Amino acid sequence: MAPRNPRTAKRAEADVAAPTMESLLATKEIVVACGPGGVGKTTTAAASALMAAVNHGSKVLVLTVDPAKRLANALGLDGIGNTEHRVPDAAFKAAGVKPRGELWAAMLDTKESWDSLIAQHAPDAQTRDEILANPLYQNIAGRFIQSHDYIAMERLYEIHSTGEYDLIVVDTPPTRNALDFLDAPERLADFFSSRLLRWLIVPYRSKLINVATKPFYQISDRVLGTEFMGDISEFFILFQTMYDGFVERSKAVGRLLSDRRTTFVVVSTLEATPLREAEFFAEQLTERKLHLGAIVLNKVLPDYLRGRAGTKVAEAMKDRSEDIAAALAPSLGPTSGALGDPAQIARVLTEVADSYLNFQIVALREMEERSSLAVAPEVLATVPFFDTDIYDLSGLLRLGEQIWA
Amino acid sequence: MTPVLDRKLVFVTGKGGTGKTTVASALALLASSRGKKVLICEMDAKGELAGYYESPPTAFKEKEVQPGLFAMAMDTEAALREYLRMQLHIPIVGRIGPVAKAFDFLATAAPGVREILTVGKLCFEVRDGPWDLVVVDAPATGHIVGQLAAPQAVNGLVKVGMIRNQTDWMLEMLSDPATTGLLAVCTPEEMPVTETIELADRVREETTVQLAAVVVNRVLPELFGRQEEAVFDALTASGPLAALDGLVDGDAGPVLEAARLAVTMRRTRSTHLERLRKGIDPDVPLLYLPYLFTRSHGLRTTRQVAGSLAEELGF
Repeated sequence: MAPRNPRTAKRAEADVAAPTMESLLATKEIVVACGPGGVGKTTTAAASALMAAVNHGSKVLVLTVDPAKRLANALGLDGIGNTEHRVPDAAFKAAGVKPRGELWAAMLDTKESWDSLIAQHAPDAQTRDEILANPLYQNIAGRFIQSHDYIAMERLYEIHSTGEYDLIVVDTPPTRNALDFLDAPERLADFFSSRLLRWLIVPYRSKLINVATKPFYQISDRVLGTEFMGDISEFFILFQTMYDGFVERSKAVGRLLSDRRTTFVVVSTLEATPLREAEFFAEQLTERKLHLGAIVLNKVLPDYLRGRAGTKVAEAMKDRSEDIAAALAPSLGPTSGALGDPAQIARVLTEVADSYLNFQIVALREMEERSSLAVAPEVLATVPFFDTDIYDLSGLLRLGEQIWA
Repeated sequence: MTPVLDRKLVFVTGKGGTGKTTVASALALLASSRGKKVLICEMDAKGELAGYYESPPTAFKEKEVQPGLFAMAMDTEAALREYLRMQLHIPIVGRIGPVAKAFDFLATAAPGVREILTVGKLCFEVRDGPWDLVVVDAPATGHIVGQLAAPQAVNGLVKVGMIRNQTDWMLEMLSDPATTGLLAVCTPEEMPVTETIELADRVREETTVQLAAVVVNRVLPELFGRQEEAVFDALTASGPLAALDGLVDGDAGPVLEAARLAVTMRRTRSTHLERLRKGIDPDVPLLYLPYLFTRSHGLRTTRQVAGSLAEELGF
């Protein structure tokens, strides 16, 4: 092999040594955005996918769970359910970019996803229809809280296995506990292979009730009523036909999450409560040997709020507001008018200074939180506070550029 | 509409990150400081609530955390234990282990069963407990409707049995607007406002609980009056700014920039507030809480928020 140019080699080394969101999105196949609620998880996921589509020339899918209506509109998702949909060229044109790749988007419809899962695993059409029509099933699929967690990961698996996309970015559902969706595949497998489930089915098959299960039936019949217990049993008897498929599938979903091609991006703000939650989540990822690719810190206040010089200026403005106002008044307008009124100018100066000092406290606290972060991801990205909400591609690009390199 | 603190059971919900627990803990503190005997219950037992009162961790058995204010954390298994003991008179604690496990499984499988136990425990405290008010730090907006609608859902699925009897009286209590109310917490930002409007619609359509008030948290102060803003604009012109730099002996740019940011933030947020007001039934009061530039939790903050709530409620 010919000796390499030392300068090029050095540069290449430097690139490898410092991973960025760009390299993460270029090398992984699945990026799972997770973290506490209200921190901009959905926008971060969408912005990451968009940046990858624009810059990498790959076919990228963003799978969102519950996007804001205007963001859904921007992605062309309005009124579209579970199916993947290509973000139209017009949207890119409006944002002034020409993507090298393609951006696709899909929204997670829990009910629809469950239905298609049933259709796939049911042994025959009759069982499928009976399950879909079962009132208990309809409740579980539509309302059962933890079913969202599972189905999001299941859908990810399904789409990934089609091999249609170079990169899939998933937004995770708001959970009671940020870890729920990680445990969901395993819990579902446990659930179906549970001995308790067999208890529920036994009496309707063979009327065999033994000493161990007797108190359970006595109590459940009294509390829930025999009829409801019957409904439950019937549902699980139907469901049992699909156990093997489900268990196998949920194990595969679990494997996909721990695969090397998958990475997790934890999103947070620098407020104490969400950050603690994000930190805990990042620690859990590491503990489970899942890949913590990046932490994205959103809505961070601008650097200029933390300058010492600014503090001095603000304090001077406040302490000597009347003198400063008197000196400035002539340059602003006639003293008889509103603009040149020294008392009014002094008031404005005091308010401006107070506001600076107030925001400075918040900004300093943010920095302290950031420097005391207890986890070390490969990439730590910071996104400044934007004055406006992000709801279109140009907004997403603005955000994306901040986390990119 | 019955004022929030005149009700007996108040669920506090909100999108994650809007300050739901802060508002719930402040509301309970305010009520207790006004002489009520109050129970506050944390539904998602993350153990955060204790921090808001600087008290030891909460447990299923309530503990006094402030004079007249008791705190507890919901625990499905403990609720089941209590339920079985009271309703079925099963005295042997040892035997409940496997049965509780079986029930936990059933509660996971059968929709609404868990909610009947946990919400049922709260209703029971309202009916038979020593409380003037029970405040619930409820699940976030995404989950609250399922929880409040559970008694109806179970009522539809279960025709007889003890659960059915239980859901009947629970429904009656939850549907009575003089007794029960929901408090939704949001911040003046796009997603929280949108979710709150959607929540209000879903609560009306899918549950029997009345939305008692919306708390708008973290409202930024109005920095300038109208003329003051003109003065501010004039100050930022290059001539006066250079003069100001000289007078304060430093770069005044960042300080003015920060004020500009504060004004912009406030303005963006006002548009969301207008949207919220239009999107919510005009009978539902909006309560505004100021943005706190100090620490984000702890008893001191809880007191401050309680003070602001008192003002908004006209005390």
